[in-house]
Amino acid sequence: MLSYLLFIATIGGIYGLLALSLNLIWGGVGMVNLGLAGFFAVGAYASALLTTVGHAPIATGWLMALAAGGFAGLVVTLSTTRLREDYLAIVTLGFAEAVRLVASNEIWLTRGTDGISGIPGPWKRALGPDFNGVYFLIVVAALLVVFFLMRRIDRSPYGRALRAIREDAQVAQVAGKPVLRFKTEAFVLSAGIAGLAGALYGHFTSYIAPDMFLPLITVYIFLAVASGGTGRPAGALVGAYMVMTLLESSRFFVEWIPGVTAVQRAALKELLIAVALIVVLRLKPSGLLPERVPPAPRPS
Amino acid sequence: MIILQALVNGIVSGTLLAVPAIGFTAMFAVLRFPNFSVSGVATLGAFAGYLAYGAGLQMAGSLAAAFVVAGIAGLAFDKMAHLPLIKQGALPAAIASIATGLILENVVRLAFGNEPRGYDRPIARDVFIGEIRVSPQQIETMGLALLLMLLVFAALAFTRIGKAMRASADNPELAALKGIRPERIATLASFVGMGLVGVGGMLLGLDSSIDPLTGTRILLSLFAAAVLGGLGSAPGAVLGAFLIGMAEELSVLVVGSQYRAAVGFIAILVVLTLRPRGLLGERAY
Repeated sequence: MLSYLLFIATIGGIYGLLALSLNLIWGGVGMVNLGLAGFFAVGAYASALLTTVGHAPIATGWLMALAAGGFAGLVVTLSTTRLREDYLAIVTLGFAEAVRLVASNEIWLTRGTDGISGIPGPWKRALGPDFNGVYFLIVVAALLVVFFLMRRIDRSPYGRALRAIREDAQVAQVAGKPVLRFKTEAFVLSAGIAGLAGALYGHFTSYIAPDMFLPLITVYIFLAVASGGTGRPAGALVGAYMVMTLLESSRFFVEWIPGVTAVQRAALKELLIAVALIVVLRLKPSGLLPERVPPAPRPS
Repeated sequence: MIILQALVNGIVSGTLLAVPAIGFTAMFAVLRFPNFSVSGVATLGAFAGYLAYGAGLQMAGSLAAAFVVAGIAGLAFDKMAHLPLIKQGALPAAIASIATGLILENVVRLAFGNEPRGYDRPIARDVFIGEIRVSPQQIETMGLALLLMLLVFAALAFTRIGKAMRASADNPELAALKGIRPERIATLASFVGMGLVGVGGMLLGLDSSIDPLTGTRILLSLFAAAVLGGLGSAPGAVLGAFLIGMAEELSVLVVGSQYRAAVGFIAILVVLTLRPRGLLGERAY
Protein backbone atom coordinates (compact mmCIF):
# COMPACT_ATOMS: atom_id res chain seq x y z
CA MET A 1 0.00 0.00 0.00
CA LEU A 2 2.78 2.40 0.93
CA SER A 3 4.68 1.64 -2.27
CA TYR A 4 1.48 2.19 -4.26
CA LEU A 5 0.99 5.59 -2.63
CA LEU A 6 4.64 6.47 -3.26
CA PHE A 7 4.24 5.50 -6.90
CA ILE A 8 1.12 7.66 -7.26
CA ALA A 9 2.79 10.56 -5.45
CA THR A 10 5.83 10.38 -7.74
CA ILE A 11 3.79 10.25 -10.96
CA GLY A 12 1.62 13.04 -9.53
CA GLY A 13 4.76 15.09 -8.96
CA ILE A 14 5.84 14.57 -12.57
CA TYR A 15 2.38 15.67 -13.71
CA GLY A 16 2.86 18.63 -11.38
CA LEU A 17 5.99 19.62 -13.29
CA LEU A 18 4.06 19.37 -16.56
CA ALA A 19 1.26 21.45 -15.07
CA LEU A 20 3.73 24.13 -13.97
CA SER A 21 5.18 24.07 -17.48
CA LEU A 22 1.76 24.55 -19.07
CA ASN A 23 0.74 27.16 -16.53
CA LEU A 24 3.76 29.30 -17.38
CA ILE A 25 2.63 29.75 -20.97
CA TRP A 26 -1.15 29.27 -20.77
CA GLY A 27 -1.72 31.09 -17.53
CA GLY A 28 1.24 33.42 -17.94
CA VAL A 29 1.38 34.50 -21.58
CA GLY A 30 -1.90 33.11 -22.88
CA MET A 31 -0.17 30.78 -25.35
CA VAL A 32 -1.27 27.21 -25.73
CA ASN A 33 0.70 24.01 -26.03
CA LEU A 34 -1.39 21.12 -27.27
CA GLY A 35 1.73 19.06 -27.84
CA LEU A 36 2.85 18.85 -24.25
CA ALA A 37 3.03 15.07 -24.57
CA GLY A 38 5.50 15.55 -27.42
CA PHE A 39 7.91 17.69 -25.38
CA PHE A 40 7.51 15.23 -22.50
CA ALA A 41 8.53 12.45 -24.91
CA VAL A 42 11.49 14.41 -26.31
CA GLY A 43 12.93 14.80 -22.81
CA ALA A 44 12.27 11.18 -21.89
CA TYR A 45 13.96 9.87 -25.03
CA ALA A 46 16.89 12.31 -24.84
CA SER A 47 17.80 11.27 -21.32
CA ALA A 48 17.08 7.58 -21.86
CA LEU A 49 19.29 7.40 -24.95
CA LEU A 50 22.13 9.37 -23.39
CA THR A 51 22.24 7.21 -20.28
CA THR A 52 21.71 3.79 -21.89
CA VAL A 53 23.41 4.02 -25.29
CA GLY A 54 25.68 6.94 -24.42
CA HIS A 55 26.49 5.74 -20.86
CA ALA A 56 26.33 9.32 -19.63
CA PRO A 57 25.68 10.04 -15.93
CA ILE A 58 22.01 10.40 -15.04
CA ALA A 59 22.37 14.06 -14.07
CA THR A 60 23.80 14.82 -17.52
CA GLY A 61 20.83 13.05 -19.06
CA TRP A 62 18.42 15.22 -17.09
CA LEU A 63 20.17 18.44 -18.06
CA MET A 64 20.21 17.40 -21.69
CA ALA A 65 16.50 16.54 -21.47
CA LEU A 66 15.88 20.08 -20.27
CA ALA A 67 17.94 21.41 -23.19
CA ALA A 68 16.33 19.09 -25.76
CA GLY A 69 12.82 20.08 -24.66
CA GLY A 70 13.75 23.76 -24.83
CA PHE A 71 15.31 23.37 -28.25
CA ALA A 72 12.20 21.62 -29.57
CA GLY A 73 10.15 24.47 -28.11
CA LEU A 74 12.32 26.98 -29.96
CA VAL A 75 11.82 25.18 -33.28
CA VAL A 76 8.06 25.05 -32.81
CA THR A 77 7.69 28.70 -31.79
CA LEU A 78 10.01 30.18 -34.41
CA SER A 79 7.47 29.76 -37.17
CA THR A 80 4.41 30.67 -35.13
CA THR A 81 5.09 33.46 -32.61
CA ARG A 82 4.26 36.12 -35.16
CA LEU A 83 0.92 34.49 -35.91
CA ARG A 84 -2.38 34.25 -34.08
CA GLU A 85 -2.61 31.81 -31.19
CA ASP A 86 -4.75 29.27 -33.01
CA TYR A 87 -1.88 28.54 -35.38
CA LEU A 88 0.38 27.64 -32.47
CA ALA A 89 -2.37 25.28 -31.27
CA ILE A 90 -2.38 23.43 -34.61
CA VAL A 91 1.42 23.29 -34.84
CA THR A 92 1.93 21.96 -31.31
CA LEU A 93 -0.74 19.32 -31.81
CA GLY A 94 1.04 18.23 -34.97
CA PHE A 95 4.39 18.29 -33.20
CA ALA A 96 3.29 15.68 -30.65
CA GLU A 97 2.11 13.39 -33.46
CA ALA A 98 5.37 13.86 -35.38
CA VAL A 99 7.42 12.98 -32.28
CA ARG A 100 5.43 9.78 -31.84
CA LEU A 101 5.96 8.89 -35.50
CA VAL A 102 9.71 9.36 -35.24
CA ALA A 103 9.85 7.41 -31.96
CA SER A 104 7.92 4.50 -33.50
CA ASN A 105 9.80 4.37 -36.79
CA GLU A 106 13.45 5.31 -36.24
CA ILE A 107 14.16 1.86 -34.88
CA TRP A 108 17.94 2.22 -35.11
CA LEU A 109 17.74 5.02 -32.54
CA THR A 110 14.60 4.57 -30.44
CA ARG A 111 14.03 0.80 -30.90
CA GLY A 112 10.58 1.63 -32.29
CA THR A 113 7.47 0.41 -30.57
CA ASP A 114 9.54 -2.04 -28.49
CA GLY A 115 10.66 0.97 -26.49
CA ILE A 116 13.81 1.49 -24.49
CA SER A 117 14.20 -0.63 -21.39
CA GLY A 118 16.81 -0.72 -18.67
CA ILE A 119 16.96 3.03 -18.16
CA PRO A 120 19.12 3.42 -15.05
CA GLY A 121 17.72 4.92 -11.85
CA PRO A 122 19.96 6.91 -9.53
CA TRP A 123 21.67 4.64 -6.91
CA LYS A 124 19.07 2.02 -7.77
CA ARG A 125 21.18 -1.02 -6.84
CA ALA A 126 22.48 0.44 -3.59
CA LEU A 127 19.03 1.57 -2.48
CA GLY A 128 17.15 -1.61 -3.28
CA PRO A 129 13.59 -1.37 -1.96
CA ASP A 130 14.12 2.22 -0.78
CA PHE A 131 14.52 3.40 -4.38
CA ASN A 132 10.92 4.55 -4.78
CA GLY A 133 11.08 6.64 -1.62
CA VAL A 134 14.33 8.33 -2.59
CA TYR A 135 13.13 8.92 -6.14
CA PHE A 136 9.98 10.52 -4.77
CA LEU A 137 12.17 12.95 -2.81
CA ILE A 138 14.17 13.73 -5.95
CA VAL A 139 10.97 14.52 -7.84
CA VAL A 140 9.74 16.66 -4.96
CA ALA A 141 13.05 18.54 -4.97
CA ALA A 142 12.78 19.20 -8.72
CA LEU A 143 9.17 20.21 -8.25
CA LEU A 144 10.05 22.67 -5.48
CA VAL A 145 12.87 24.25 -7.49
CA VAL A 146 10.60 24.74 -10.51
CA PHE A 147 7.72 25.89 -8.31
CA PHE A 148 9.74 28.62 -6.62
CA LEU A 149 11.19 29.66 -9.97
CA MET A 150 7.65 30.00 -11.33
CA ARG A 151 6.51 31.95 -8.28
CA ARG A 152 9.53 34.22 -8.67
CA ILE A 153 8.67 34.82 -12.33
CA ASP A 154 5.02 35.33 -11.44
CA ARG A 155 5.84 38.15 -9.04
CA SER A 156 8.65 39.75 -10.99
CA PRO A 157 8.41 42.58 -13.52
CA TYR A 158 9.05 39.90 -16.14
CA GLY A 159 5.92 38.04 -15.06
CA ARG A 160 3.89 41.24 -15.19
CA ALA A 161 5.12 41.85 -18.74
CA LEU A 162 4.08 38.30 -19.67
CA ARG A 163 0.61 38.90 -18.25
CA ALA A 164 0.39 42.16 -20.14
CA ILE A 165 1.11 40.24 -23.34
CA ARG A 166 -1.63 37.78 -22.40
CA GLU A 167 -4.17 40.54 -21.89
CA ASP A 168 -3.25 42.54 -24.96
CA ALA A 169 -0.08 41.92 -26.94
CA GLN A 170 -0.49 45.14 -28.89
CA VAL A 171 -0.59 47.30 -25.80
CA ALA A 172 2.47 45.49 -24.42
CA GLN A 173 4.27 46.11 -27.70
CA VAL A 174 3.37 49.80 -27.63
CA ALA A 175 4.65 49.99 -24.05
CA GLY A 176 8.01 48.88 -25.39
CA LYS A 177 8.00 45.24 -24.31
CA PRO A 178 9.74 42.90 -26.76
CA VAL A 179 6.66 40.73 -27.18
CA LEU A 180 8.12 38.18 -29.59
CA ARG A 181 11.22 37.63 -27.48
CA PHE A 182 9.22 37.23 -24.26
CA LYS A 183 6.80 34.79 -25.86
CA THR A 184 9.62 32.70 -27.31
CA GLU A 185 11.53 32.69 -24.01
CA ALA A 186 8.49 31.64 -22.02
CA PHE A 187 7.65 28.87 -24.46
CA VAL A 188 11.22 27.56 -24.55
CA LEU A 189 11.44 27.49 -20.74
CA SER A 190 8.08 25.78 -20.54
CA ALA A 191 9.05 23.16 -23.13
CA GLY A 192 12.33 22.59 -21.27
CA ILE A 193 10.48 21.88 -18.03
CA ALA A 194 8.23 19.42 -19.88
CA GLY A 195 11.39 17.74 -21.20
CA LEU A 196 12.82 17.47 -17.69
CA ALA A 197 9.55 15.95 -16.50
CA GLY A 198 9.87 13.36 -19.27
CA ALA A 199 13.38 12.44 -18.17
CA LEU A 200 12.26 12.07 -14.54
CA TYR A 201 9.45 9.82 -15.76
CA GLY A 202 11.70 7.59 -17.85
CA HIS A 203 14.28 7.03 -15.10
CA PHE A 204 11.50 6.21 -12.65
CA THR A 205 9.69 3.59 -14.74
CA SER A 206 13.02 2.45 -16.32
CA TYR A 207 11.12 1.79 -19.56
CA ILE A 208 9.67 4.11 -22.22
CA ALA A 209 7.78 3.44 -25.45
CA PRO A 210 5.93 5.66 -27.95
CA ASP A 211 2.57 4.50 -26.53
CA MET A 212 3.30 6.21 -23.22
CA PHE A 213 3.19 9.67 -24.78
CA LEU A 214 -0.34 9.78 -26.15
CA PRO A 215 -2.19 13.10 -26.53
CA LEU A 216 -4.26 11.99 -23.55
CA ILE A 217 -1.46 13.18 -21.22
CA THR A 218 -1.88 16.67 -22.64
CA VAL A 219 -5.58 16.49 -21.75
CA TYR A 220 -4.73 15.42 -18.19
CA ILE A 221 -2.45 18.40 -17.77
CA PHE A 222 -4.98 20.84 -19.20
CA LEU A 223 -7.51 19.45 -16.75
CA ALA A 224 -4.97 19.88 -13.93
CA VAL A 225 -4.22 23.51 -14.76
CA ALA A 226 -7.85 24.45 -15.47
CA SER A 227 -9.20 22.87 -12.31
CA GLY A 228 -6.37 24.04 -10.08
CA GLY A 229 -6.40 27.60 -11.31
CA THR A 230 -4.89 29.06 -14.46
CA GLY A 231 -2.22 31.63 -13.82
CA ARG A 232 -1.21 30.46 -10.38
CA PRO A 233 1.67 28.00 -9.82
CA ALA A 234 0.13 26.64 -6.59
CA GLY A 235 -3.09 25.99 -8.49
CA ALA A 236 -1.23 23.97 -11.11
CA LEU A 237 0.33 21.79 -8.40
CA VAL A 238 -2.95 21.22 -6.57
CA GLY A 239 -4.62 20.49 -9.91
CA ALA A 240 -2.03 17.88 -10.84
CA TYR A 241 -2.70 15.92 -7.67
CA MET A 242 -6.45 16.34 -8.11
CA VAL A 243 -6.19 14.80 -11.58
CA MET A 244 -4.03 11.99 -10.21
CA THR A 245 -6.66 11.29 -7.54
CA LEU A 246 -9.43 11.36 -10.13
CA LEU A 247 -7.51 8.99 -12.40
CA GLU A 248 -6.79 6.47 -9.67
CA SER A 249 -10.25 6.58 -8.10
CA SER A 250 -11.88 6.25 -11.53
CA ARG A 251 -9.81 3.11 -12.04
CA PHE A 252 -11.42 1.52 -9.00
CA PHE A 253 -14.79 2.86 -10.01
CA VAL A 254 -14.79 1.38 -13.52
CA GLU A 255 -13.53 -1.96 -12.24
CA TRP A 256 -16.55 -2.06 -10.04
CA ILE A 257 -19.02 -1.80 -12.97
CA PRO A 258 -20.02 -5.33 -13.99
CA GLY A 259 -19.96 -6.66 -17.53
CA VAL A 260 -17.52 -4.32 -19.25
CA THR A 261 -14.43 -5.40 -21.13
CA ALA A 262 -10.95 -3.99 -20.52
CA VAL A 263 -11.22 -1.86 -23.67
CA GLN A 264 -14.54 -0.43 -22.50
CA ARG A 265 -13.07 0.32 -19.08
CA ALA A 266 -10.26 2.31 -20.66
CA ALA A 267 -12.79 4.11 -22.85
CA LEU A 268 -14.94 4.99 -19.81
CA LYS A 269 -11.90 6.41 -18.04
CA GLU A 270 -10.96 8.62 -20.98
CA LEU A 271 -14.59 9.68 -21.31
CA LEU A 272 -14.66 10.72 -17.67
CA ILE A 273 -11.52 12.85 -18.02
CA ALA A 274 -12.83 14.56 -21.15
CA VAL A 275 -16.20 15.33 -19.56
CA ALA A 276 -14.44 16.65 -16.44
CA LEU A 277 -12.37 19.05 -18.55
CA ILE A 278 -15.45 20.44 -20.30
CA VAL A 279 -17.35 20.79 -17.04
CA VAL A 280 -14.45 22.64 -15.39
CA LEU A 281 -14.01 24.98 -18.37
CA ARG A 282 -17.74 25.67 -18.44
CA LEU A 283 -18.54 26.03 -14.74
CA LYS A 284 -15.36 27.11 -13.01
CA PRO A 285 -12.88 28.50 -15.53
CA SER A 286 -10.91 30.29 -12.81
CA GLY A 287 -10.25 26.98 -11.02
CA LEU A 288 -9.94 26.11 -7.36
CA LEU A 289 -7.25 28.70 -6.63
CA PRO A 290 -8.05 31.70 -8.83
CA GLU A 291 -5.25 33.87 -10.11
CA ARG A 292 -4.03 36.60 -7.81
CA VAL A 293 -2.37 39.50 -9.52
CA PRO A 294 -0.03 41.24 -7.09
CA PRO A 295 -0.09 45.03 -7.42
CA ALA A 296 2.84 46.52 -9.22
CA PRO A 297 5.21 48.49 -6.99
CA ARG A 298 4.52 52.21 -7.15
CA PRO A 299 7.37 54.43 -8.21
CA SER A 300 8.37 56.49 -5.20
CA MET B 1 5.57 5.63 -64.38
CA ILE B 2 5.65 4.91 -60.68
CA ILE B 3 5.62 8.66 -60.08
CA LEU B 4 2.60 9.09 -62.33
CA GLN B 5 0.79 6.31 -60.44
CA ALA B 6 1.62 8.04 -57.15
CA LEU B 7 0.25 11.32 -58.49
CA VAL B 8 -2.99 9.65 -59.56
CA ASN B 9 -3.32 8.04 -56.13
CA GLY B 10 -2.61 11.43 -54.63
CA ILE B 11 -5.38 13.06 -56.64
CA VAL B 12 -7.81 10.38 -55.49
CA SER B 13 -6.92 10.72 -51.81
CA GLY B 14 -6.75 14.52 -52.19
CA THR B 15 -10.32 14.58 -53.47
CA LEU B 16 -11.48 12.59 -50.47
CA LEU B 17 -9.44 14.75 -48.08
CA ALA B 18 -10.90 17.93 -49.59
CA VAL B 19 -14.37 17.11 -48.23
CA PRO B 20 -13.54 17.29 -44.50
CA ALA B 21 -10.99 20.06 -45.16
CA ILE B 22 -13.77 22.28 -46.57
CA GLY B 23 -15.85 21.52 -43.50
CA PHE B 24 -13.03 22.39 -41.08
CA THR B 25 -12.05 25.58 -42.83
CA ALA B 26 -15.67 26.76 -43.24
CA MET B 27 -16.31 26.30 -39.52
CA PHE B 28 -13.12 28.22 -38.79
CA ALA B 29 -14.22 31.06 -41.07
CA VAL B 30 -17.57 31.49 -39.34
CA LEU B 31 -16.96 30.41 -35.73
CA ARG B 32 -13.38 31.73 -35.43
CA PHE B 33 -11.78 28.88 -33.53
CA PRO B 34 -9.98 25.73 -34.70
CA ASN B 35 -12.36 22.90 -33.90
CA PHE B 36 -10.20 19.93 -32.95
CA SER B 37 -13.18 17.64 -32.39
CA VAL B 38 -13.07 16.94 -36.14
CA SER B 39 -11.07 13.80 -35.30
CA GLY B 40 -13.91 12.35 -33.21
CA VAL B 41 -16.61 13.57 -35.60
CA ALA B 42 -14.87 11.97 -38.60
CA THR B 43 -14.74 8.68 -36.70
CA LEU B 44 -18.40 9.00 -35.75
CA GLY B 45 -19.34 9.67 -39.39
CA ALA B 46 -17.34 6.68 -40.56
CA PHE B 47 -19.16 4.38 -38.11
CA ALA B 48 -22.59 5.87 -38.86
CA GLY B 49 -21.97 5.23 -42.55
CA TYR B 50 -20.74 1.73 -41.71
CA LEU B 51 -23.97 0.91 -39.87
CA ALA B 52 -26.12 2.38 -42.65
CA TYR B 53 -24.21 0.47 -45.31
CA GLY B 54 -24.52 -2.71 -43.30
CA ALA B 55 -28.27 -2.09 -42.99
CA GLY B 56 -28.56 -2.23 -46.76
CA LEU B 57 -28.39 1.42 -47.81
CA GLN B 58 -26.47 2.18 -50.99
CA MET B 59 -23.27 4.21 -51.00
CA ALA B 60 -25.03 7.57 -51.46
CA GLY B 61 -27.52 6.79 -48.69
CA SER B 62 -24.76 5.72 -46.32
CA LEU B 63 -22.86 8.93 -46.99
CA ALA B 64 -26.04 10.87 -46.23
CA ALA B 65 -26.35 9.00 -42.93
CA ALA B 66 -22.73 9.84 -42.09
CA PHE B 67 -23.43 13.51 -42.92
CA VAL B 68 -26.55 13.79 -40.76
CA VAL B 69 -25.22 11.93 -37.71
CA ALA B 70 -21.90 13.81 -37.73
CA GLY B 71 -23.67 17.13 -38.36
CA ILE B 72 -26.05 16.68 -35.44
CA ALA B 73 -23.30 15.56 -33.06
CA GLY B 74 -21.02 18.41 -34.12
CA LEU B 75 -23.80 20.96 -33.77
CA ALA B 76 -24.75 19.68 -30.32
CA PHE B 77 -21.17 19.90 -29.04
CA ASP B 78 -20.70 23.34 -30.55
CA LYS B 79 -23.82 24.62 -28.79
CA MET B 80 -23.17 22.90 -25.46
CA ALA B 81 -19.40 22.92 -25.07
CA HIS B 82 -17.49 25.14 -27.51
CA LEU B 83 -19.47 28.26 -28.29
CA PRO B 84 -20.30 29.17 -24.67
CA LEU B 85 -16.53 29.38 -24.12
CA ILE B 86 -15.81 31.56 -27.11
CA LYS B 87 -16.48 34.67 -24.98
CA GLN B 88 -13.24 33.86 -23.14
CA GLY B 89 -11.40 33.59 -26.44
CA ALA B 90 -10.67 31.08 -29.18
CA LEU B 91 -8.25 29.03 -27.07
CA PRO B 92 -10.63 27.77 -24.36
CA ALA B 93 -13.06 26.74 -27.10
CA ALA B 94 -10.25 24.95 -28.96
CA ILE B 95 -9.18 23.14 -25.78
CA ALA B 96 -12.76 22.09 -25.05
CA SER B 97 -12.99 20.75 -28.61
CA ILE B 98 -10.08 18.41 -27.90
CA ALA B 99 -12.10 17.03 -25.00
CA THR B 100 -15.26 16.62 -27.10
CA GLY B 101 -13.26 14.85 -29.81
CA LEU B 102 -12.02 12.48 -27.12
CA ILE B 103 -15.60 11.93 -25.93
CA LEU B 104 -16.78 10.93 -29.40
CA GLU B 105 -13.78 8.67 -29.96
CA ASN B 106 -14.49 6.84 -26.71
CA VAL B 107 -18.23 6.58 -27.28
CA VAL B 108 -17.40 4.79 -30.53
CA ARG B 109 -14.87 2.63 -28.66
CA LEU B 110 -17.46 1.73 -26.02
CA ALA B 111 -19.90 0.62 -28.69
CA PHE B 112 -17.61 -1.04 -31.22
CA GLY B 113 -14.32 -1.87 -29.47
CA ASN B 114 -10.88 -1.34 -30.96
CA GLU B 115 -10.97 -3.97 -33.72
CA PRO B 116 -10.79 -2.57 -37.24
CA ARG B 117 -13.91 -3.07 -39.36
CA GLY B 118 -14.21 -2.99 -43.12
CA TYR B 119 -17.09 -1.85 -45.29
CA ASP B 120 -18.31 -4.96 -47.03
CA ARG B 121 -17.97 -3.68 -50.57
CA PRO B 122 -18.17 -5.80 -53.72
CA ILE B 123 -14.80 -6.81 -55.11
CA ALA B 124 -14.10 -5.49 -58.58
CA ARG B 125 -11.17 -5.81 -60.94
CA ASP B 126 -8.86 -2.81 -61.20
CA VAL B 127 -9.08 -0.78 -64.38
CA PHE B 128 -5.96 0.15 -66.33
CA ILE B 129 -5.68 3.43 -68.17
CA GLY B 130 -2.39 3.08 -70.01
CA GLU B 131 -0.24 1.70 -67.21
CA ILE B 132 -2.06 3.61 -64.46
CA ARG B 133 -4.17 1.44 -62.21
CA VAL B 134 -7.37 2.61 -60.53
CA SER B 135 -10.07 0.59 -58.82
CA PRO B 136 -13.77 1.10 -59.70
CA GLN B 137 -14.41 1.83 -56.01
CA GLN B 138 -11.91 4.65 -56.13
CA ILE B 139 -13.70 6.14 -59.12
CA GLU B 140 -17.08 5.80 -57.41
CA THR B 141 -16.03 7.42 -54.11
CA MET B 142 -14.12 10.11 -55.95
CA GLY B 143 -17.19 10.89 -58.06
CA LEU B 144 -19.38 11.13 -54.96
CA ALA B 145 -16.84 13.41 -53.25
CA LEU B 146 -16.65 15.67 -56.30
CA LEU B 147 -20.45 15.84 -56.54
CA LEU B 148 -20.70 16.79 -52.88
CA MET B 149 -18.09 19.52 -53.27
CA LEU B 150 -19.87 20.87 -56.31
CA LEU B 151 -23.10 21.06 -54.28
CA VAL B 152 -21.34 22.93 -51.46
CA PHE B 153 -19.75 25.47 -53.79
CA ALA B 154 -22.97 25.98 -55.73
CA ALA B 155 -24.81 26.57 -52.44
CA LEU B 156 -22.17 29.07 -51.29
CA ALA B 157 -22.17 30.91 -54.61
CA PHE B 158 -25.82 31.01 -55.61
CA THR B 159 -28.21 30.54 -52.69
CA ARG B 160 -29.28 33.30 -50.32
CA ILE B 161 -28.16 31.39 -47.28
CA GLY B 162 -24.79 30.64 -48.91
CA LYS B 163 -24.23 34.30 -49.65
CA ALA B 164 -25.28 35.19 -46.11
CA MET B 165 -22.74 32.72 -44.80
CA ARG B 166 -19.93 34.22 -46.85
CA ALA B 167 -20.93 37.72 -45.80
CA SER B 168 -20.99 36.72 -42.16
CA ALA B 169 -17.59 35.08 -42.40
CA ASP B 170 -16.18 38.14 -44.13
CA ASN B 171 -17.47 40.76 -41.73
CA PRO B 172 -19.84 39.63 -38.96
CA GLU B 173 -20.82 43.16 -37.84
CA LEU B 174 -21.68 44.36 -41.30
CA ALA B 175 -23.61 41.16 -42.03
CA ALA B 176 -25.59 41.57 -38.80
CA LEU B 177 -26.45 45.14 -39.78
CA LYS B 178 -27.85 43.79 -43.03
CA GLY B 179 -30.23 41.60 -41.04
CA ILE B 180 -28.27 38.35 -41.24
CA ARG B 181 -28.74 36.59 -37.94
CA PRO B 182 -25.29 35.46 -36.77
CA GLU B 183 -26.54 32.60 -34.59
CA ARG B 184 -28.40 31.06 -37.54
CA ILE B 185 -25.27 31.26 -39.66
CA ALA B 186 -23.25 29.68 -36.82
CA THR B 187 -25.77 26.84 -36.52
CA LEU B 188 -25.64 26.18 -40.24
CA ALA B 189 -21.84 26.32 -40.33
CA SER B 190 -21.58 23.82 -37.44
CA PHE B 191 -24.05 21.40 -38.99
CA VAL B 192 -22.81 21.50 -42.58
CA GLY B 193 -19.14 21.74 -41.59
CA MET B 194 -19.29 18.76 -39.28
CA GLY B 195 -21.48 16.87 -41.74
CA LEU B 196 -18.74 17.23 -44.33
CA VAL B 197 -16.17 16.08 -41.78
CA GLY B 198 -18.28 13.00 -41.05
CA VAL B 199 -18.61 12.18 -44.75
CA GLY B 200 -14.87 12.69 -45.09
CA GLY B 201 -14.22 10.19 -42.31
CA MET B 202 -16.32 7.63 -44.14
CA LEU B 203 -14.80 8.33 -47.58
CA LEU B 204 -11.27 7.98 -46.24
CA GLY B 205 -12.20 4.79 -44.37
CA LEU B 206 -13.80 3.11 -47.39
CA ASP B 207 -10.58 1.91 -48.98
CA SER B 208 -9.04 0.50 -45.82
CA SER B 209 -10.77 -0.15 -42.52
CA ILE B 210 -12.23 1.94 -39.71
CA ASP B 211 -11.62 1.93 -35.95
CA PRO B 212 -11.95 4.53 -33.15
CA LEU B 213 -8.71 6.23 -34.25
CA THR B 214 -9.73 6.68 -37.90
CA GLY B 215 -10.37 10.39 -37.41
CA THR B 216 -7.21 10.97 -35.42
CA ARG B 217 -5.14 9.50 -38.23
CA ILE B 218 -6.42 11.97 -40.81
CA LEU B 219 -6.17 14.97 -38.46
CA LEU B 220 -2.72 16.16 -39.55
CA SER B 221 -3.45 15.86 -43.27
CA LEU B 222 -6.71 17.71 -42.70
CA PHE B 223 -5.07 20.61 -40.86
CA ALA B 224 -2.26 20.71 -43.39
CA ALA B 225 -4.74 20.99 -46.26
CA ALA B 226 -6.62 23.82 -44.54
CA VAL B 227 -3.48 25.73 -43.49
CA LEU B 228 -1.78 25.28 -46.86
CA GLY B 229 -4.80 26.64 -48.68
CA GLY B 230 -5.28 29.41 -46.14
CA LEU B 231 -7.40 28.90 -42.99
CA GLY B 232 -10.95 29.99 -43.69
CA SER B 233 -10.80 29.65 -47.46
CA ALA B 234 -12.91 26.84 -48.94
CA PRO B 235 -11.29 26.84 -52.42
CA GLY B 236 -7.97 26.99 -50.62
CA ALA B 237 -8.87 23.88 -48.66
CA VAL B 238 -9.58 22.01 -51.91
CA LEU B 239 -6.30 23.12 -53.44
CA GLY B 240 -4.45 22.31 -50.22
CA ALA B 241 -6.05 18.87 -50.04
CA PHE B 242 -4.91 17.99 -53.57
CA LEU B 243 -1.38 19.17 -52.89
CA ILE B 244 -1.16 17.35 -49.55
CA GLY B 245 -2.65 14.20 -51.08
CA MET B 246 -0.06 14.18 -53.85
CA ALA B 247 2.80 15.09 -51.54
CA GLU B 248 1.88 12.23 -49.21
CA GLU B 249 1.80 9.69 -52.02
CA LEU B 250 5.10 10.95 -53.45
CA SER B 251 6.70 10.86 -50.00
CA VAL B 252 5.92 7.15 -49.80
CA LEU B 253 8.31 6.65 -52.73
CA VAL B 254 11.09 8.53 -50.96
CA VAL B 255 10.86 7.83 -47.22
CA GLY B 256 8.41 4.93 -47.02
CA SER B 257 4.82 4.80 -45.92
CA GLN B 258 5.46 5.16 -42.20
CA TYR B 259 6.21 8.87 -42.56
CA ARG B 260 3.10 9.71 -44.61
CA ALA B 261 1.56 11.52 -41.66
CA ALA B 262 4.69 13.60 -41.06
CA VAL B 263 4.28 15.23 -44.49
CA GLY B 264 1.32 17.20 -43.17
CA PHE B 265 3.27 18.49 -40.19
CA ILE B 266 6.26 19.54 -42.29
CA ALA B 267 3.91 21.25 -44.76
CA ILE B 268 2.28 23.19 -41.91
CA LEU B 269 5.66 24.36 -40.55
CA VAL B 270 6.92 25.41 -43.98
CA VAL B 271 3.72 27.24 -44.96
CA LEU B 272 3.48 29.09 -41.66
CA THR B 273 7.12 30.16 -41.89
CA LEU B 274 7.05 31.33 -45.51
CA ARG B 275 3.46 32.33 -46.23
CA PRO B 276 1.29 32.17 -43.11
CA ARG B 277 -1.87 33.23 -44.88
CA GLY B 278 -1.67 30.16 -47.10
CA LEU B 279 -1.94 29.92 -50.86
CA LEU B 280 -5.32 31.57 -51.24
CA GLY B 281 -5.08 33.97 -48.34
CA GLU B 282 -7.25 34.14 -45.27
CA ARG B 283 -10.26 35.30 -47.18
CA ALA B 284 -13.38 33.54 -46.05
CA TYR B 285 -14.95 32.57 -49.30
